Amino acid sequence: MTTYQITVNGERREVKVDPSTPLLWVLREELKLTGTKYGCGIAACGACTVHLGGKATRTCVLRVSAVGDQEVVTIEGIGADPVGRLVRETWVEKDVVQCGYCQSGQIMSAVALLKEKPKPTDANIEEGMGNLCRCATYVRIREAIKSAATKLT
Amino acid sequence: MRFAERFHNRFRPDRRDFLKTSTAVTGGLLLGLYMDHPARGQGSNQTTQPSAFVQIRRDGRIVVSVRHLEMGQGVLTALPMIIAEELDADWSQVTPEHAPAGDAYKAPPLGIQSTSGSWSVRYAYQQHRELGARARAMLVGAAADRWKVRPDECRTQAGVVYGPSGQSARYAELADDASRRPVPDEVVLKKPSDFRIIGKSTRRIDSRAKTDGSQKFALDMDLPGMQTALIARPPVFGACVKAFDAQAARSIEGVRDVFEIPLVKGSGVAVVADRFWTAKQAREQLKIDWDFAGVERADSKELRTKYRAMAQKPGNIAVSRGDKGALSRIPSSRRLIADYELPYLAHAALEPLNMTLRYDGDRAEAWAPSQFPTLDQGVLAHALGLDPSKVTLHVVFAGGGFGRRSPLDGHVPFEAAAIAKRLRGTPIRLVYTREDDMRSGYYRPMTTHRVEVGIGADGMPSAWQHVVVGQSFIIGTAMEKTFIKDGVDPLVVEGAANNKYRIPNFQVSAHHPVVNVPVYTLRSVGHSQNTFVVETLIDEMAVRAKADPIAYRLKLLDPQATKVRDALTLLEEKSRWRKGLARGHAAGIACADYWDTGIACAAEVSIVNKRPRVHRVTVAIACGLAVNPLSIEAQCQGAIGFGLTQLMSAITLKDGEVEQSNFNEFRPPYMSDAPAVIDVHVVPSNDAPLGVGEPATPVVSPAVVNALARLTGKRYRSLPLTSV
Repeated sequence: MTTYQITVNGERREVKVDPSTPLLWVLREELKLTGTKYGCGIAACGACTVHLGGKATRTCVLRVSAVGDQEVVTIEGIGADPVGRLVRETWVEKDVVQCGYCQSGQIMSAVALLKEKPKPTDANIEEGMGNLCRCATYVRIREAIKSAATKLT
Repeated sequence: MRFAERFHNRFRPDRRDFLKTSTAVTGGLLLGLYMDHPARGQGSNQTTQPSAFVQIRRDGRIVVSVRHLEMGQGVLTALPMIIAEELDADWSQVTPEHAPAGDAYKAPPLGIQSTSGSWSVRYAYQQHRELGARARAMLVGAAADRWKVRPDECRTQAGVVYGPSGQSARYAELADDASRRPVPDEVVLKKPSDFRIIGKSTRRIDSRAKTDGSQKFALDMDLPGMQTALIARPPVFGACVKAFDAQAARSIEGVRDVFEIPLVKGSGVAVVADRFWTAKQAREQLKIDWDFAGVERADSKELRTKYRAMAQKPGNIAVSRGDKGALSRIPSSRRLIADYELPYLAHAALEPLNMTLRYDGDRAEAWAPSQFPTLDQGVLAHALGLDPSKVTLHVVFAGGGFGRRSPLDGHVPFEAAAIAKRLRGTPIRLVYTREDDMRSGYYRPMTTHRVEVGIGADGMPSAWQHVVVGQSFIIGTAMEKTFIKDGVDPLVVEGAANNKYRIPNFQVSAHHPVVNVPVYTLRSVGHSQNTFVVETLIDEMAVRAKADPIAYRLKLLDPQATKVRDALTLLEEKSRWRKGLARGHAAGIACADYWDTGIACAAEVSIVNKRPRVHRVTVAIACGLAVNPLSIEAQCQGAIGFGLTQLMSAITLKDGEVEQSNFNEFRPPYMSDAPAVIDVHVVPSNDAPLGVGEPATPVVSPAVVNALARLTGKRYRSLPLTSV
């Protein structure tokens, strides 16, 4: 067990875990931030996506020891960001979610995409949104991203 | 008799239900169902709190208990809409919650508490309207008494009763008084033209919690002192632990216990630890010697060979109409033999299987994303040696289900019980890793089909013989006696035996091989295969007849099959885009009658890198009255995406072991695989609502393949598609 200091949603947090523990399980089990989900454990599905130093990052294969000083923002914290807030609101407006299990990751990916490409093309959206949704809410995700983009100045 | 009716009649619970009200502990009006179990004798006429369906609280909130699992399909919005309509509730005050496992929540057609078959709205509609209307009548009665007027002089709107002389009272103010009134026997329901909530596109009630990370799914359970349990499962279904060395696993800090447990078939080794990651690491350290004696090692390639041979001959007869000899009299130039091979599929819901359970010796409490809560409760009770009344099962939001959270053998509660029993007093959370989930079986069965068709001089099929080879869902379970007729599992042949085409000489038969691979229902069940077979073959004949695929189907369909005809007719109008497609693009059509819902779709497809690219899908659905059109659109869009899975992926076995273990090997559709546009059109209707969660699932894969056939001239009868 090793003690790590990480910054999550603007707060400095201290955790004592095995160094091999993925950030996902630190968030979920140590910090009780369960909005970030476990789906595959091999970075294939994206349910565990957070922002690490501002970039969409899959945390199920990211050791906590590799986080260092980079700021972690999770679904619970993304509402503090104007783009994050807008994306969440658009998700509700467009009635995107079904089971909702993947949607934390979808929203984190969408926010990162819109920050990098405020006017994304369909190809940009497909490339930036590599998150699996078994309910297949993809049509509304696409619509919501386009709708949010029109509201970004 | 139809499958559902047989189910219903067989499992009609031996009980009398009666609606009763009570003042809830917190005050207000609680309208619920008391259960009277004559069989339990003394003390059975319970006067405890009824199982609530609707509570009107003093703070104005209207809490609706939903007996079904919310797994994405929107039932936690739809059922409250139905109650709120007749209650004339203020929708903004309505709060749904999952009902726990309980006899009061058992529902038709299965007679158990279940979420399956796209049945929730269909079988709740009338009852929930009546519940809402009864609660409303009691509130109106309370107001009328208070104002000394007649109830029929009062009216209600958005949670307020208005009297004839300008009086008004909010439901919350009336709830206590209303709770002391008898429940009316007869209530008058609204005319659909007066609906203010039903039929209006209504956003999901759970969106906000599902977009800010606050929604708790079953896997998010966190109880004080809770331990996480993983199971090392045998590499071949049903194998047993011969010996195991847990020394290294036990030495890991945080590991609480390692022990062998029985599985429904075979055995495994449970690892219990304070954290998921600890348990996972410890499990990797286990050294297990497995005993494979007497265990069949299923192998997909060998099974294919065996199934192909079986398909050469008719099986047990599911349906036989007309003249069996008709086919042989049709000249060979107008005869066709089509062999289909469809794979095992994993449900692969994104939230892996799990259950949280605490066993205290004389009672147990469980939290589970269960599609069959009363069944799971019964399995827990049996395994723990408790009366079911001592087992509380809380139904918790599921990250997808698709049928996987309802196996009849209750293997998840069975395993959880074995672990919780050993750790009495400690809450345990049994978690399947993705690999466990994907390799755990209960797949959509692999099937082989041989269809021989004779085409009449008019270009329409006049003789049809379809042999289905596939494992039964039911044979070998407690339901076998009730549902297996003449050796045929009705779920394996659904969509084949009962499709709505009028073919005069028509035989469908089935072989149900017994294979050591657990199978179970996957969204749209037998239709997921049979609709593929039927709709690609019908399309092939339409092409042969140089007919429009919609016109050809309408000509062949039973005139009485109004729902599927309505869907096709609407599709014809909404898919005019089929006429003006770009070069290299083609459209394919498919339709089905899915448990009375009519469904039809058109898919626009091109070929990119030897794979089909689905650009757009138009769906028409005839599902009776559309309770929540916004949700019907979502369900059809989702079902289309889900239905593409079998074009892309398969579960296969080699020497008894499942070859796929995660999403890199069993790749479901991602956004780049799914159509960018899915337009959904609902046939307007005031008929009683029908199911919408599954019907669109089985029509998309044949529509895509029919479009591919137009592009390449080839017929694709084996899935997944390798290269086009």
